Amino acid sequence: MDDAPPVLVHQAITHDSAIRHVTGAAPYIDDLPEPAGTLHLALGLAPVARGRITTLDLEKVRNTPGVVAVFTSKDVPGRNDVSPSLGDEPMLAGDEISFHSQPVFVVAATTRRAARIAARLGAIEVEQEWASVSIADALSTGETVLPDYAFRRGHPEPAIDGAARRLAGEIEIGGQEHFYLEGQIALAVPGEGEAMFVHSSTQHPSEVQHIVARVLGLADHQVTIECRRMGGGFGGKESQASHWAALAAFAARLTGKPCKLRLDRDEDFALTGKRHDFLSRYRVGYDERGLIEGITFEHLARCGYSADLSLGVVDRTMFHSDNAYYLPHVEIGSKRLKTNTVSNTAFRGFGGPQGVLAIEQVIDAIAHERGLDPLDVRKANFYRDGSSVTPYGMEVFDRATLLPLVEALEASSDYRARRIAIAEHNARSPILKRGLALTPVKFGISFTLKHLNQAGALVHVYSDGSVMLNHGGTEMGQGLYTKVAQIVADEFGLPLERVAITATRTDKVPNTGPTAASSGSDLNGMAAREAARTIRLRMAEEAARRLDVAVSAIRFEDGLVHGGDETMTFAELARFCVLERVSLSATGYYRTPGITWDRAEKTGRPFFYFAYGAACSEVVIDTMTGEMKLLAVDILHDCGASLNPALDIGQIEGGFVQGLGWLTTEELVFDNEGRLRTHAPSTYKIPVASDVPAHFHVELWDEPNREDAIYRSKAVGEPPVMLAISAFMAIADAIHALAPGNPVQLRAPATPEAILDAIDRQRAK
Amino acid sequence: MRRSIRFIFRGMPREISAFDPSITLLEWLRLEASATGTKEGCNEGDCGACTVVLAKTDGDRIRYFPVNACILLLGQIDGAELLTIEDLAKDGTLHPVQAAMVRHHGSQCGFCTPGIVMSLFAAFHEAPRPPDREAIGTALAGNLCRCTGYRPIFDAAFDVLSDLPEDRFSESNASRLEALRALEDDRGIVIGNEDRFFASPRHLDELAEMIARHPDATILAGSTDVGLWVTKKLAPLKRVIALGRVAALATVVEGSDSVFLGAGVTLAKALPVLERIDPDLGTLMRRFGSAQVRASGTVGGNIANGSPIGDLAPALIALGATLHLRIGKESRILPLEDFFVAYGKQDRAPGEFVTGITVPRPEAETHFRCFKISKRMDEDISSVMGAFRISIENGAVSGARIAFGGMAATPRRALRTEEALVGAMLANPHDWMGAVQALEADYQPISDMRASARYRARVARALLGKALTEIAGSSRATRIVARTPIGEVRHG
Ligand SMILES: Cc1cc2nc3c(=O)[nH]c(=O)nc-3n(C[C@H](O)[C@H](O)[C@H](O)COP(=O)(O)OP(=O)(O)OC[C@H]3O[C@@H](n4cnc5c(N)ncnc54)[C@H](O)[C@@H]3O)c2cc1C
Ligand code: FES
Ligand code: FES
Repeated sequence: MDDAPPVLVHQAITHDSAIRHVTGAAPYIDDLPEPAGTLHLALGLAPVARGRITTLDLEKVRNTPGVVAVFTSKDVPGRNDVSPSLGDEPMLAGDEISFHSQPVFVVAATTRRAARIAARLGAIEVEQEWASVSIADALSTGETVLPDYAFRRGHPEPAIDGAARRLAGEIEIGGQEHFYLEGQIALAVPGEGEAMFVHSSTQHPSEVQHIVARVLGLADHQVTIECRRMGGGFGGKESQASHWAALAAFAARLTGKPCKLRLDRDEDFALTGKRHDFLSRYRVGYDERGLIEGITFEHLARCGYSADLSLGVVDRTMFHSDNAYYLPHVEIGSKRLKTNTVSNTAFRGFGGPQGVLAIEQVIDAIAHERGLDPLDVRKANFYRDGSSVTPYGMEVFDRATLLPLVEALEASSDYRARRIAIAEHNARSPILKRGLALTPVKFGISFTLKHLNQAGALVHVYSDGSVMLNHGGTEMGQGLYTKVAQIVADEFGLPLERVAITATRTDKVPNTGPTAASSGSDLNGMAAREAARTIRLRMAEEAARRLDVAVSAIRFEDGLVHGGDETMTFAELARFCVLERVSLSATGYYRTPGITWDRAEKTGRPFFYFAYGAACSEVVIDTMTGEMKLLAVDILHDCGASLNPALDIGQIEGGFVQGLGWLTTEELVFDNEGRLRTHAPSTYKIPVASDVPAHFHVELWDEPNREDAIYRSKAVGEPPVMLAISAFMAIADAIHALAPGNPVQLRAPATPEAILDAIDRQRAK
Repeated sequence: MRRSIRFIFRGMPREISAFDPSITLLEWLRLEASATGTKEGCNEGDCGACTVVLAKTDGDRIRYFPVNACILLLGQIDGAELLTIEDLAKDGTLHPVQAAMVRHHGSQCGFCTPGIVMSLFAAFHEAPRPPDREAIGTALAGNLCRCTGYRPIFDAAFDVLSDLPEDRFSESNASRLEALRALEDDRGIVIGNEDRFFASPRHLDELAEMIARHPDATILAGSTDVGLWVTKKLAPLKRVIALGRVAALATVVEGSDSVFLGAGVTLAKALPVLERIDPDLGTLMRRFGSAQVRASGTVGGNIANGSPIGDLAPALIALGATLHLRIGKESRILPLEDFFVAYGKQDRAPGEFVTGITVPRPEAETHFRCFKISKRMDEDISSVMGAFRISIENGAVSGARIAFGGMAATPRRALRTEEALVGAMLANPHDWMGAVQALEADYQPISDMRASARYRARVARALLGKALTEIAGSSRATRIVARTPIGEVRHG
């Protein structure tokens, strides 16, 4: 029973729900028929960012037509905590208010509109306290959500001081709202006895299960979470979907009715965490050719009011502060600042993009100061033989991939010729300036929290030969279900239609990690293959017995099973197996090998492998107004041996454009009172179609993963976000043209105003 | 008088005679009609997940308008055929737009997809052939997709818009036209009672009389502002008087010296008319909201709302437009700038309403320029909007009308700047400096989430400089998106 070459894997197969998407027939939670008697929930929100509640008068709320019940923190049967880690996130605020719009009470009403109207009628009186809102505020209070953390190699300070050239600076990096198109939602349906069933739009059903159980004071086995699909997640539904599921389950328990909570978009903005914003300080010493000799980073991350996932997020910033570059003497430090704002959370890249942006800005500064092409400085600093160990002590085993990849893109994008053409253009054009940049990405694949690197799957073959597939991964648009189905169908030699994809449920596969860290298909693909292989082997044994050949002679192909000269259909074999009492159901389990990171000791290998990519972007800016347009993008990205090139290219393009938004138009503005002023798409601007250039060219770098990942593919969800840094550096390059030789100081996001500010600073030099 | 609204839904006439005046079309679809294919992504007209198409008669044609169901009120769809995502495929056969989206991997999470398909479906019937990228971008500006990065959606659009616009809807054009005509009548609509009603009069006199009688009723034009009061402020609209069926308000008269636009003329319909006055107005209007917002939103609504950041007001003030108002049987005309009294306060009496606007065409030797500055190029509210009408005689500025939005509590003229500019030699940028500096005296802008006061002031100066540089005939590139040469009118 040899492994046949894959038929479906590596093919550009359409997303399993594509036809349902385009016909409106793919149900999201709000589209499911509501069980009879369903109540709708809305939240009463804190009117200030910090203070103590003195009185809470909910009389008017209760008296609003349609209202069935109103609950506060006092009604919580179990523990009033929805945090993923430290127990520091009340589901409903008790006396203390920690951020603006924090939920204080929940209203259940017969219609959503009635609930929303009533929720605004609560009289919440608060003894207001000064709110710490910005990074500067947090630095002044010194409050953090977690202890500071750093790693270090060699002697960075003396190395910097002794270097021929030195630079120091501060880099401002904005946050980002996820803006998944489907907002946060949960529908809880009370079951028999204590049981609670929750439809949750979540990347992490197991954690939602545990938190719902915690809030209700139940054992985990009483709670079942289901998620068939999300209308986007991007990290925003990794730890932060639990809150809404817990509230829905809480109200459902207390009213005995099914309860649905769907946040309005403005609430979703105000109540859910974002990508962390950073202030990163650096000092760097380097030689005349721009080779880095010593560097220190201090990353100041705004975490919001609670820890949430900030431990791992900021660790990943630190892990990626080298990006692709060897840093001989280095210290990377971090502070996880506490503010009275929403708790910042996972967002595609999980802190990595901020680290990469920081080091890329340093490289640019070095190149500008030296009068070198930034690409040359980049290449000179790449990891290479003899200089191949990261600041955290991991050998970059797969370092040979990056230089040829970057050089291939350099050639295919015609980088050098365009450089010259742009210089000529800029010399002629006083108002409009163009800029060009080619930047690399190296991204570590694996959860840095070791126990998350495991997955389970459940596969059944029914007696008609049809297959049911279930695993712990969730579908948020990335095509995970499709990829895993391709893998399983190939194991059985079946066409894709014979494999039914089913919703992720905690009662089918337990104790799963989140679908995050780009690891969805690496982990679940392996687990599902394992389950399918267990069944296939049992079936092959039965076939071998029946056809009187060796098990090794059995082949599964095209829906048929071959052995010697004989053939039967897969369905026939399944039927025989049932008659012969062969189990056709199996679980599969996988854990990533070789991961040894020890955070306390600051040693080990956090990543199974690295994924690589590079992008070349060209922009034009208007130096009078700061307006900017992206003109062309070329991308070369490493997905290993791609499981599905169509889906992978989709991740690359989508990731790039999402990163582009983060770095250009998406600006989060909090006022001094801690209220988010950009709380809806009217004021918070994610990219639209016309922001994407006509020349947007993506190619896959065709090189199998050297590690034994599923079919030698590589994870692709997050790395492409960082390709957009090329667009940001291209803007900086255009600004640089105004006063060559001086490092550009451009804050992210590069809004027209930020660009104009950077232009002013550049001209003043 | 008619006591119901009528429209075509799922191929059949549908009549509804009782509904809350503030129910949105999306609420009706999802909650009453159990049609959940249409999604809610933002509930404020910005994301396009709720896009549906209203098919309406236009002479012997059917026109297809994409609209945001989340902010459109149910009462507004009277007389139209309502097409939703569920209508497109038939008997297992996908519509060409749907098939192209599948072929090009145009969906990932799929939540934006029904809206995108509906926008492309409208474009399938309305967009020029062969497709051009800019027109596709314009058609999609009101549809946010967070997953795909849009490339596959562009590809799907190019692909399907290269075909002739033939589908089962074009095939059944005649019978559908007939069905739509059968809905037309000459009656005004009132649903509800004196206390709480949705009214949609048919004639101007009837409208004037009704507004005068109910001065506290909500005047509803395209609902692209009013809809948000309902969905975000949760304001119960008790009495609504809709303008949409008053044909007299939808008139456009393009004269040789001036253009008249009725208050009810949609922004979509105004686009080409304004573009014929000056190409910058075409560019401005294509960046105004989105195709969905322009299909519903009206010229009158954009002025009557008194917004300090509305885009039309500064442009039309600079052009010297006059506003037509009516109360009962009385009409009056005033210079547009005089309508804006203070923040939230317009020169409009209770019971009075806007009937239209007259926009003079710039004379010979008079140049017009306008610039919209926003964080994002498409579908964004201006942080600064500057408009300039500058007359030149013998190389010197002989007259100037300059107005800005986003620089004060109302759209306002820059009177000191105008004065300082007269007499300046166009060829000598030093001569402009007095005017550029005078902007500081004219405006004290504020800081908000769109831009800081400093940036606004900077950019206002830059825009004046840019306008003058262009009018002076500089050969240098002055804009990221070039000013369309006259005669090269693009499609909206
Ligand atoms: C997504 C989105 C994008 C937008 N983008 C832009 C943009 O780029 N630029 C911009 O300027 N605006 C923009 N807007 C705002 C809005 O679309 C415009 O102001 C629009 O022109 C309003 O017209 P309407 O017909 O929809 O008005 P409505 O919402 O129907 O009414 C607006 C106000 O005017 C009153 N009113 C309407 N007509 C009359 C009349 N004839 N007489 C007296 N009172 C009247 C109404 O009572 C109400 O107070 C945007 C809105 C949305 C939702
Ligand atoms: S739901 Fe976003 S535009 Fe209607
Ligand atoms: S496919 Fe997810 S938002 Fe467009």
